[in-house]
Amino acid sequence: MGGGLYSTDKKDFDKNFDPTKIRPYGDTMNDGKVQLSFTLPIEDDGKAIVAAKQIAIKMGIKDPNVAFHTSLDKGFTFFVVYGSIIHSIDYTQIKVESIEVESMSIEEINEFIRDKIKRKLVFLGATTGTDAHTVGIDAIMNMKGFAGHYGLERYEMIDAYNLGSQVANETFVKKAIELKADVLLVSQAVTQKQIHVQNLTNLVELLEAEGIRDKVLLICGGPRISNELAKELGYDAGFGPGTYADLVATFAVKEIIRRTLNQ
Amino acid sequence: MNTTSKLNLDFTFVEKARTSAKNIASTTQEFIDQYTTTTIERTVCRLLGIDGVDEFDVPLPNVVVDNLVKAKGLTKGVSLYLGNVILHTNYSPQKIAEEIANGKLSLTEFPLKEISEIKAIINIIAQETLIKISQNKKKRQNLLEKYGDKEGALIYVIVATGNIYEDIVQAQAAARQGADVIAVIRSTVQSLLDYVPYGATTEGFGGTYATQENFKIMRKALDEVSEELGRYIRLTNYCSGLCMPEIAAMGAFERLDMMLNDALYGILFRDINMKRTIIDQHFSRMINAYAGVIINTGEDNYLTTADAYEAAHTVLASEFINEQFALLAGLKEEQMGLGHAFEMNPDLKNGFLYELAQAQMTREIFPKAPLKYMPPTKYMTGNIFKGHIQDALFNMITIMTNQRIHLLGMLTEAIHTPFMADRALSIENARYIFNNMNSLHDEITFKEGGIMEKRANEVLNQAYELLKVIESQGLFETINKGTFAGIKRPLDGGKGLDGVILKSSDYFNPFIELITNELKKGGA
Repeated sequence: MGGGLYSTDKKDFDKNFDPTKIRPYGDTMNDGKVQLSFTLPIEDDGKAIVAAKQIAIKMGIKDPNVAFHTSLDKGFTFFVVYGSIIHSIDYTQIKVESIEVESMSIEEINEFIRDKIKRKLVFLGATTGTDAHTVGIDAIMNMKGFAGHYGLERYEMIDAYNLGSQVANETFVKKAIELKADVLLVSQAVTQKQIHVQNLTNLVELLEAEGIRDKVLLICGGPRISNELAKELGYDAGFGPGTYADLVATFAVKEIIRRTLNQ
Repeated sequence: MNTTSKLNLDFTFVEKARTSAKNIASTTQEFIDQYTTTTIERTVCRLLGIDGVDEFDVPLPNVVVDNLVKAKGLTKGVSLYLGNVILHTNYSPQKIAEEIANGKLSLTEFPLKEISEIKAIINIIAQETLIKISQNKKKRQNLLEKYGDKEGALIYVIVATGNIYEDIVQAQAAARQGADVIAVIRSTVQSLLDYVPYGATTEGFGGTYATQENFKIMRKALDEVSEELGRYIRLTNYCSGLCMPEIAAMGAFERLDMMLNDALYGILFRDINMKRTIIDQHFSRMINAYAGVIINTGEDNYLTTADAYEAAHTVLASEFINEQFALLAGLKEEQMGLGHAFEMNPDLKNGFLYELAQAQMTREIFPKAPLKYMPPTKYMTGNIFKGHIQDALFNMITIMTNQRIHLLGMLTEAIHTPFMADRALSIENARYIFNNMNSLHDEITFKEGGIMEKRANEVLNQAYELLKVIESQGLFETINKGTFAGIKRPLDGGKGLDGVILKSSDYFNPFIELITNELKKGGA
């Protein structure tokens, strides 16, 4: 092994974990180590490394190390940079509206609906607007599901309708009224130029105009959807990547019960 | 043991499957031949030289065809009326279109002249167009001869900025990094537009609009970088959606080299009416055949909704069907980029073996086809480090089984449309593997009676069984039942059915006859 691979820097910072001052972790508490890669629209020459370092320093990275740089094309250079972040954050001050439910099993969910709601629930799902991606909604709704988690079509006590992709919000709302849907699931994958925000907002407006916003549980999901964003847009919940049907169903049935009790 | 097959494939099943697919396609073709569509007629307008938009940005081909729809004349074909108006006025097709747009003329206002005279005048214009397209084809051949075509896998990458000028920066950089094929992804709404946008565009969602001007701009940029690199860089776009044949015509005019052009994709994934798609794909494929374009079929998409292991045979069955439809449209095997994909769950034990078996099997069953192999997308998670390895495994299969059109996976799949650096890293990954494992294909054989041999023959048998079912119930009914991709589509559902029109006995479209004759001659 060549020289210089092992850091001989004196680690003279406080190595105790302090939740009010947390930093990225490399191999020592509070070392602040991060890795990043980016492209700059400049030639790959001597000035390029300095430019990359300056960008890193402005990002709050101390002692940036440009581990790798290469020309991508005339006037474009790619960098891999390591360094230590000078900033810390106070973890104790973070409040997140996360959905804190433990997923129930299919049997438990069916049992729960049978016992407490005493009728089948209608779930209506679609990828709305111009978005053509069906992987997300299919993973939640289709019989087969995803990664071993069966989709809602498999649930005995749920009537699941998957309208597929590129469904106009108007069509979606019409279908929701026709089927007397209890839960609406909206998937959005394309987020370029915030098109998903416009489209999701438009759906809420339509539901309100039809006077059924309060009659349904409105849930959105997608790779760039968070619960916070969903709430902000007027949804009851938002699920990000790695969500399976059982979690969505658990949230929905519990929320429906909670609302019934509150009335 | 079968000496021509590494997988000891039973070629009697291959032949039977092919015969079944042929019957399916020819039965469907009898249906296709009875109909035309609004987009086919607009394509004819384009091929006869009509281009541009009216004051409301409506493309003139739409203006002309809408005029004829209102007069209920489309059953005879737009060529008949255009020819008739030419005989009466001596206007060019473009002039006629402009007059219609200005409300000064209607296609049906003149009494019909002798059909033979009409056909004669239209055939002259049609011939001129076909010569222009042949010259484009010849130019491609000349450039490929000048630079020498690349052996082995073509590295295919996408650009998708939404702005054609930014796409050029991305495309030229990718070419210099080693890409051989540039596909300009279309804006996400375009497949459902019943017209083709006009002019250079700088706004799009998830891609850039396919317009003839955008084609021209990108073609020029790729010709420049080809010259600089001494390597012909191919251009790809999407012959799908409600304007399938119009895009084919535009591609033929601007020397595109490949077109996504599937028989079933629009039905399944864009909910376009099945009659409309199946009729449109035929005429678009005839144009692609004539223009020397390599079509790419979309079977890979089945595996994004269905399970790649369980549904493997539906991919093979669809490839057999796509092959037969392609032959009926005059495409040569060398123009059939039949699609498949590396989409099995990475947690599947021996998944790599099953993927390898599938790829090798496909290679052996379609030996002359430039197979289009698609990268992992469904199980890409945002973990770019694992994703880069998934893409590496995919790259290995291509070099081990001689796939031809290799669509590179991106480590940032599922996060964003590729950054310039993502593409560079992926190209580097592929070139490393293709070079480092270059001749592995010739060095390896697979174990007799082993996992791969069993798997390939099992998939082949299942595909044949499925084809027999489709043959007995018909293709439309099969789609109706949700056999492909687990998606059900009703016969009269979906978009675009109102654009399907029964031809009358005196229907006239010069290009069907001219192209068919020339392709039979082996000309063009």
